[in-house]
Amino acid sequence: MDPVVIIGSGLAGYTLARELRKLDQSTPLAILSRDDAGFYSKPMLSNALAAGKSAAQLAGANAAQMAAQLRAQIIAGVEVEAIDTARRTVQAGATPMRYSKLVLALGADPIALPLDGDAAQEVMRVNDLADYARFRSAIEGKQSVVLLGAGLIGCEFANDLVAAGYRAAVIDPAPRPLGRLLPEAVAERLQRALEAAGVSWHLGTTARALRRDAAGLSVELADGTRLRADAVLSAVGLRPRTRLAQCAGLKVNRGILTDRLLQTSAADVYALGDCAEVGGLTLPYVLPLMQAARALAQTLSGTATPVFYPAMPVVVKTPALPVVVCPPAANSGNWNVHAAADGIEARFEDARGKLLGFALAGSWTTRKQALTRLTPPVFD
Amino acid sequence: MKTWQCVVCGFIYDEAKGMPEDGIAAGTRWEDIPADWSCPDCGVAKADFEMVEAGATLA
Repeated sequence: MDPVVIIGSGLAGYTLARELRKLDQSTPLAILSRDDAGFYSKPMLSNALAAGKSAAQLAGANAAQMAAQLRAQIIAGVEVEAIDTARRTVQAGATPMRYSKLVLALGADPIALPLDGDAAQEVMRVNDLADYARFRSAIEGKQSVVLLGAGLIGCEFANDLVAAGYRAAVIDPAPRPLGRLLPEAVAERLQRALEAAGVSWHLGTTARALRRDAAGLSVELADGTRLRADAVLSAVGLRPRTRLAQCAGLKVNRGILTDRLLQTSAADVYALGDCAEVGGLTLPYVLPLMQAARALAQTLSGTATPVFYPAMPVVVKTPALPVVVCPPAANSGNWNVHAAADGIEARFEDARGKLLGFALAGSWTTRKQALTRLTPPVFD
Repeated sequence: MKTWQCVVCGFIYDEAKGMPEDGIAAGTRWEDIPADWSCPDCGVAKADFEMVEAGATLA
């Protein structure tokens, strides 16, 4: 029997494999990975520095251990070049590999902003454990890091860096950190808390050029400011990896298009995680990925199960001000904000006062579970 | 009392503290948490947590 083939050994690929093995111990399973296929916790990359964890300490089970645990064939260090949905094969290296069912768990690429200057190529991105190891060695013994992007990852890294004694400056064209996700009152409190922790903000402007001289890096901003840095880390968003799917004739939009069964436009080809656009949504967070992996494991083991997305709060790991946000699925409504010294509760409500989403800050983040229960699911 | 860490997101369950806001009283042992419980931060299943600092509890 041809194996179920999973392309990708990130959280999506491995979580699916684990969930599948809970239901089905015998179907042959193969996992193809372009990296070393070691398991690690991606969410921990942005708070490992202050926790005193090295890149090596973040590494969990290696490929051989994962293969034993999952009773799977794991092929590390291969780039899948093509998928032939008619012959049901994937091409990785010389021999085509047949599949019974194929799962694309390809992830997403960090977006690279165009920069001028002789050091533009020195901008770093942290999208996996190997990137993280490079970043850590680049800042070892150094003092200052400039971050491009004040989103989730930018804010988490900024907090982690200042907590570990680095100077961190964050550049973003938006007027507030996490401005797209958070209501003004929470974003403003987060900005102040991170500033008090040592983060310096350069909001409402963009980085234009990066140059290197004898003293290190110099970042030139559109507003004329120049910032000195030992390293520059970009965290301006992710773009789902769709090229392989597109070349195979699968329908793609922002991500690889799937229905609620995680099925792509090709028979027996599925997608989940950061590469997938499920029922019109690309949600590069852990909770949706977990839901998708559980549903797809059921489907692959014979019980067609549409993915269910409950209300899925996102935890922002900024110890300077803990924040939780459950973004509203719809835009029509208003934020109603209750703020006190020790926390903020913001509820996004429609015209009739129905709760559609929420944001919590400070010690009020303990209300997360209670509010999540009151928030309607994303997909019911 | 022990602490348990989510392998996926790093969330730590501390038996000594429990999660009173989620209906789990302080002092609830890991084995007494229902099997269908999942990580409050990332949704990973109880079975996929691992023990950290056995015998110790967080400050």
